[in-house]
This record gives sequence, C-alpha cells and structure tokens, in this order.
Amino acid sequence: MTFPVLKGTAYTLVHTPDILVHEGKLQESEMRNSPDSDYLKAIPDHLRSFEDVVGYGPNQAYIGNIHPRDLNNIEKPWYEHPLENASTEGKFGSIMSEDMFYGCLKAVDMFELVVLDASFQEKIAKKVKEDPVIGKYWVTLDKLTENPSSVDEIKSLIEEKDAKPLYLDNELVGCIKRAHEFDAALTSDVMFENLVSKASGAYALAELFAKNDLEPDDVDYLIECSEEGCGDMFQRAGGNYAKSIGEICGCVNATGSDTRSFCAAPAHSMVEASALVQAGVYSNVVVLAGGSSAKLGMNGKDHVKKDQPLIEDCLGAFAIHVGENDGKSPVIRTDIVGKHKIGSGAAPQAIMQAIVADPLEHAGLSIKDVDVFSAEMQNPEITVPAGAGDIPSANYKMIAALGIMKKVFARSELNEVVERIGMPGFVPTQGHIPSGVPFLGHAIEMIENGDIHRTMIIGKGSLFLGRLTNLFDGISFIVEANDGHVEDDSVDKDTIRQMIAESMKQFADSLK
Amino acid sequence: MDLENQQRIKDLTDKYGKDNLVVVLGGGEAEACGLAAETVSTGDPTFAGPLAGVQLGLKAYHMFELKDEVDPAVYDEQISMMEMVLDKDAINKEVQEYRG
Repeated sequence: MTFPVLKGTAYTLVHTPDILVHEGKLQESEMRNSPDSDYLKAIPDHLRSFEDVVGYGPNQAYIGNIHPRDLNNIEKPWYEHPLENASTEGKFGSIMSEDMFYGCLKAVDMFELVVLDASFQEKIAKKVKEDPVIGKYWVTLDKLTENPSSVDEIKSLIEEKDAKPLYLDNELVGCIKRAHEFDAALTSDVMFENLVSKASGAYALAELFAKNDLEPDDVDYLIECSEEGCGDMFQRAGGNYAKSIGEICGCVNATGSDTRSFCAAPAHSMVEASALVQAGVYSNVVVLAGGSSAKLGMNGKDHVKKDQPLIEDCLGAFAIHVGENDGKSPVIRTDIVGKHKIGSGAAPQAIMQAIVADPLEHAGLSIKDVDVFSAEMQNPEITVPAGAGDIPSANYKMIAALGIMKKVFARSELNEVVERIGMPGFVPTQGHIPSGVPFLGHAIEMIENGDIHRTMIIGKGSLFLGRLTNLFDGISFIVEANDGHVEDDSVDKDTIRQMIAESMKQFADSLK
Repeated sequence: MDLENQQRIKDLTDKYGKDNLVVVLGGGEAEACGLAAETVSTGDPTFAGPLAGVQLGLKAYHMFELKDEVDPAVYDEQISMMEMVLDKDAINKEVQEYRG
C-alpha cells in the first residue's frame, strides 16, 4: 500500500486590534449590554502594537521562525519578552497588518458589501497590489478599484442600514454592509465574519503557493474546515467557502467543499484529503481555513483583570497540501486513524483511549512509538489567566497517564514523558486553528531532518456548543517518515484473473 | 460559569428545592471549580449571569471527592486517568471552601 504525503504547509496571522474592539463577540455584547463598563474603558490601554505582535514568541513559532519548543527558552510572560529583530516573514507564512487586511476584504468581496473611504482605498489598493504574495497569487485585485466611497456615506450606511464599521486606529475607514434587508443569515454581522474568514483563508492559500512547490492550477480539490457558516435563510450554512477561496487564488481546476466539526474539523479534513489522494480520486488536495473575528478578545475580561495585554488580537489561518507519494515527503498513515465513535463515551479516559491508544494498538504500536503528539495547541498565556488551564500540557499529561495505565511508562516517568512527547502551546485561541495541525509545518522539518520518525495529530471538538448533541468529537492521524517506497504492491483484478487462468491451465495439464 | 447553566441550576433549585440538590463538578482546574462552587452557593461573583446576587446555598462537590460513593470499577474506568493528571488536592481544597 502506498500512502499519500504531506507536501507543504502555510500558516498566517493577521493583527486586527480594531476588529477585536468592535467585532469580537465579547466586546460587542459588552457594548450592547453595559456600554459604560470598566472593561470597555480598559481596552485601549491593553491593546498591542503591530511590532509587539510580530515579536511575540508564540506568533514567531506559528509562522515557523522558531520551533514551539524554543518557547521554553524565552522568559515568561512571553508578551513581556519579545524576540529581537523578529520578522513578519516566516518560513511557513507571514503576519499581516490590519490596514492591509481591510484591502484584502475588499479584494475578496464579490457583492459590493465592503465599502472603503476613497483615499484609504486608493492607498491600500496600491499596497495590496504590490505585496509579493497577495499581488502575485490573488486574481481578484480589480475589486480594489471598485465603488470607492466617502466617510459621510459610510457613516450613513452604519447608522441607517446597519452596516458594520471598519476602524483603523479608531478612525472610520470603511464598513461592511448587510447582504439582505431582513434575512438573518445575511446580516452585516454574519457577512463580516464570513468575509473575514474568506479573506484570511485566501491569504493562507496564497502563502501555500508562495512557500511550496504547488501552483494554483495544480489543485484538484479544496477542503475548508473553519467554524463559520455561509448561506441564506433557506440554507443557513449551505457553503461553499472552499470554492470561494480557491476562486481568489485562481485555482481554476479545483472544486471543493466545507467540512465542519468544531475544532476537530481540520483533523477530519486531513483524513478526508488523504483518503481522496490515496484512492486516486484527486492528486492534489488542499485543506485550509481562515480565522474567526468573533473569537478575538474572547478571554479579554480575564486578561484585563490580570492586567496583561489583550493577546487574542490575531486572526489565524492555515493551508496544507496533501499529495501523491513522492518518495520523500512524510507519509500520512491512513491505516492508523483514531476516531471517537458515537459509542465511545465522553469521559476523558474513554476519549483518549479511542483517539490515541486504539489506533496505535490496532497497528501493533504503542504510545511509546510516537515521538511527538500535537493535540490542542492553544497558547497557555491566553487560557491560563482565563481559568481554562494549560491545554496542551493537560493533553500531554493525559497521554502519558494513559501510557502509565497501560504499563508502557512507569508512574515516576510522567513529567519526563510529557516533556519528551510535547511542546508548549503556541497558537491563538481561534477555535479550529490551534487544533493539532499547526504543528505539521514543524513536523515536516523534524521528520525530514531525522529528528523524529513519527507524530500523531489529534483534533478534538466540543459538539455540545451546537446544542444538538452532548457527544464529544475527536479524530487522530499519524504522519511519519517516508521509506521511499512509492509503488503500490497491491494486485489488480487483471493480474488475479491471469493467475487463476494459469493455475487452471496447470491443473488441466496435470489431468492429461 | 456559563450563563445558560446558571439558569438551568436556578430553575432546578426552584423546582426541587435546595435541600434536594447537590452540584457535582468535573472541572479540571482549581480556580474554575472554585468559581462554579461559589456561583451555586453565594452567587455569581462576575455579576454576569442569572445567579448574580442570588444565594442558592447549594453544596458543590468535585467528582474526586465522591470516589468512595461510586463503584470502584466505574471510577477506575472513567476517572483514574484524570486523577493522575490533575491537581486533585488543589481542586478539592478550592471546592470545599464554598461549602462552609
């Protein structure tokens, strides 16, 4: 059996402090319910500059300039110890500023919903077109010259037509309009989130082409796996983000669809992509997702209470290329997939058994045979002050404890195992974004350098949030070094027919 | 604590009475468990939800504290791994504080 391979990745961040203030759901609710709250008053003093965001260790790990394990060598809190000479450009992607992102919103808008002030639009159109990645790979940049507006007109759209404002350093530079007068699935709120997700996803896809050996017209299929939903009131989440994003980058030979399962969706999508490639349906599949404006500043109250900056100020996005076996890229072991079944149970122990232990045991392996695990890689500087604990560390402890229960490790080894199989969380709390797959870029490097042989990627999802089921969700897959074996050893039907015919002929001859 | 859960606990208390209810927590972090225990006993300290200023007086226990009350085989199957992982003593101490 020949396996599909992990050919390339891209990881991008967009620093969006004004979107945090005005469109982050926590802040927006606070403005509606308690407009005079102390939290809202404290926000401006807790926002970070673009330079602070670029120098922030976890962000540099996300775009690939440092390894997540290098965070262990940076003094905590990380936000007080930025990296010197940090760059917006990384090995796996880059970090974009908010003004540039507003231009991107305009460039991905097919329905004239994004309205920008004429002078801002002219300035930002130039910047977007000159960008070496967006300027090269986005084919819809003509949108940047369409329907320029004025601040007065933008103000009246906000006041009279329920448009959502776009601020830059507190200055009004544009808005996003509703797409229908009374359709609850096409309000300005919804369109804002959807366009943000689309634009940031298209940014990651462009970076995937820029940083890897893949051209837009080589892509056969796109799987989008964010947590947003697009549609109208008759089909509220009908889709399709995948094709809408592929269109921006000129993936003219691709089709695609959206996969949803809260934070577990990226791991599901990777399994689906691998299966499509291995089955020979498609040669090049891209799994991607844009970021979430709703989650910006989600734990802001706790951060302000602890007087730390609002570090949930970035949209995250990624794009991952799964292709046919080239004999060198790490393989995705489609024969070792862990799944949390409907009947698995919701206790953490049952979940870890189903998604970690079961697939390994089925393949004759144990937890010890996996060098590094990547589950929920949320940055602990975001989650610990909010009372959610250090999530990656908790996952590593659970995996180690499971190993202890199975007598793979001694009880005294727990902390040592956690250290060996893990890494610090380095990803913004953007739901689906931190879920296992941000490590894939680093994993390719570590495997190809011979630092590790095998990694397990784990996606976990809280399905109760949709109020349809209390079931949990989880899925895992294995990526490991390529042994160079690219030919499929399996026997096809014609060969079997020939073998049977030859045997029968021999048998007939023996009767003579 | 989640605003919706605050409402559910308030409704259950109205329906069954506080003497007929205990709250069993399964949280993994001491501070968050303490916050939940505080919310159902003396009210929502964040003043955000339906239990803001409402003293239900319910007693909360963490599942770790109820080990002797359940079938050891079930406990072993469902909880023992997490016992190794979480700071059990800190969680229990925090939750006990709100039972007076």
